[in-house]
Amino acid sequence: MVTYEAVIGLEVHAELLTQAKIFCPSSAHFGGAPNTHVGPISLGLPGTLPVLNQAVLKMAIQAGLATHCQIARRTKFDRKHYFYPDLPKGYQITQYDQPIAEHGSVTFELGGREYLVRLNRIHMEEDAGKLVHAGADRLAGSAYSLADYNRAGVPLLEIVSEPDLRSSAEARAYLEELRSILMAIGVCDGKMQEGSLRCDANVSIRPVGSDTLGTRVELKNINSFRFLTRAIDYEIARQEVLLKAGETVVQETRLWDEHSGRTMTMRSKEEAHDYRYFPDPDLVFFQISEAEIDAIRAQLPELPAARRERYGRDLGLAEADARILVAEPAWADFFEATVAAGAPAVAVARWLLGDIAAYLNDRHLELGQTALTPAKLADMLLLLERGTISGKIAKTLLEPLLESDKTAEQLVAEQGLTQISDASALDEIIQQVLTQNPNQVQQFLEGKEKVMGFLVGQLMKATQGRADPAQSQQLLRQHLEQLRG
Amino acid sequence: MIDRDTILHIARLSRLQLSEQELQSFGQNLGDILTYVEQLNELDTTGIEPASHALPIFNVVRPDMVEHTLDEAGVFANAPDREDDFFRVPRMHG
Repeated sequence: MVTYEAVIGLEVHAELLTQAKIFCPSSAHFGGAPNTHVGPISLGLPGTLPVLNQAVLKMAIQAGLATHCQIARRTKFDRKHYFYPDLPKGYQITQYDQPIAEHGSVTFELGGREYLVRLNRIHMEEDAGKLVHAGADRLAGSAYSLADYNRAGVPLLEIVSEPDLRSSAEARAYLEELRSILMAIGVCDGKMQEGSLRCDANVSIRPVGSDTLGTRVELKNINSFRFLTRAIDYEIARQEVLLKAGETVVQETRLWDEHSGRTMTMRSKEEAHDYRYFPDPDLVFFQISEAEIDAIRAQLPELPAARRERYGRDLGLAEADARILVAEPAWADFFEATVAAGAPAVAVARWLLGDIAAYLNDRHLELGQTALTPAKLADMLLLLERGTISGKIAKTLLEPLLESDKTAEQLVAEQGLTQISDASALDEIIQQVLTQNPNQVQQFLEGKEKVMGFLVGQLMKATQGRADPAQSQQLLRQHLEQLRG
Repeated sequence: MIDRDTILHIARLSRLQLSEQELQSFGQNLGDILTYVEQLNELDTTGIEPASHALPIFNVVRPDMVEHTLDEAGVFANAPDREDDFFRVPRMHG
């Protein structure tokens, strides 16, 4: 029986975080009422001329450098022709044979192993508008379509990998790393649900050990990491079934349908691949000097791999924790600001990735949408570290810290939550607990150690969580041993 | 003269419906244009880089600034059909 391996390459489209569109001054921001972020150029009105937004060129160079590409010293734009109503001009301005960056690589880790994916190229292009298919939920049943050109002309980078990936897990890990690189250098917000990072996957399979490539299928409509994994796994299985049955894989574009959990043939656009590229005479050549490239390289921020390493080496974080924090620059920045405010790094990571992440997940919120600030979190963690409050109280403070402007110090003062660490104060309460629970005391004296947990619980209840659990247990034991006489 | 299949192919790509007569005349016209332009092939261009722009100008860019250049009336002024704030276009098959 032949065993097969998958050969996967990804084409990633990243929308750039510019203010204006790539060739005109209309707003490039996501959303807005339909057809309000448009102008004569993005609508493709006759007689208008595109002029490149300089921020796009810079961001493309930044992305190229961050992925170890060679930056072109000379680059140009080309027209790619197709007629579809999401494209007002009848062609997309993109780059064909002289892309801004080529021959790069991205390194990622998976299961303790390091992988390197070669990048074929990165090029700049304009996004298309969006069609709403009215009249029915399904494309085929629509009576007509409605076009919104807010997205038309939003700058994109297309980042094309070589087919170096061998599984859906590798594809996902690569995309995660690429996403965090683009976010770290500030060129893309990485929001897959808003379409600012999109991914097509080219998938083929071949017998293990073969170096020829099988017929590839292009998967589209992948807008989350989960869909990427599911779509690739489904497609690998589908192709295996075909080949094992002696059939052949047809080269085609398939659409991932999350609803049915399957990939489906897109109605083939007849002769869709005859794009008749030619250089766009409306735009000039761009020459980039070594000095400009060096200046941009010198300004690149710390990249995710270096940041993860620093978190482990200098701050003592576990690799898995560092990975999650660094994947979202907003989290990593929050983490670092909290540490800078004096809180212990490991505790900051534990709270962020534990209780705080759980709170945000439950409510579908982002960190920036809460009232929590690095200073407030640091303040709370310092109270905890100094023993002013117990861990239990710290947990109860979290919600008010996330939801109000009050600091931990204010909350503790208002609610009298200071930890009782004074032994004499605790002695009194312990005495009460023992008097109220004579049966359990008797059981303990008869050798039932387990009862200790119950008694500590009673003590915590009596102090409303303000006692230090370790100290309480120690004092309780002293009292009980005295009773044993 | 460009052959009929090529004209049909170009027409399909451009979403054009051509009559039998138009197929004939476009074949003739486009053929003539190509023959005319082909005269350029007589020049020896060895060692000359292809140009896509007539003037030796480079790096024309604009700053990353938003400008609102068209109000709603302007946006839809030439639209053959609209519905609310959308352009209404023929139904598309994927």
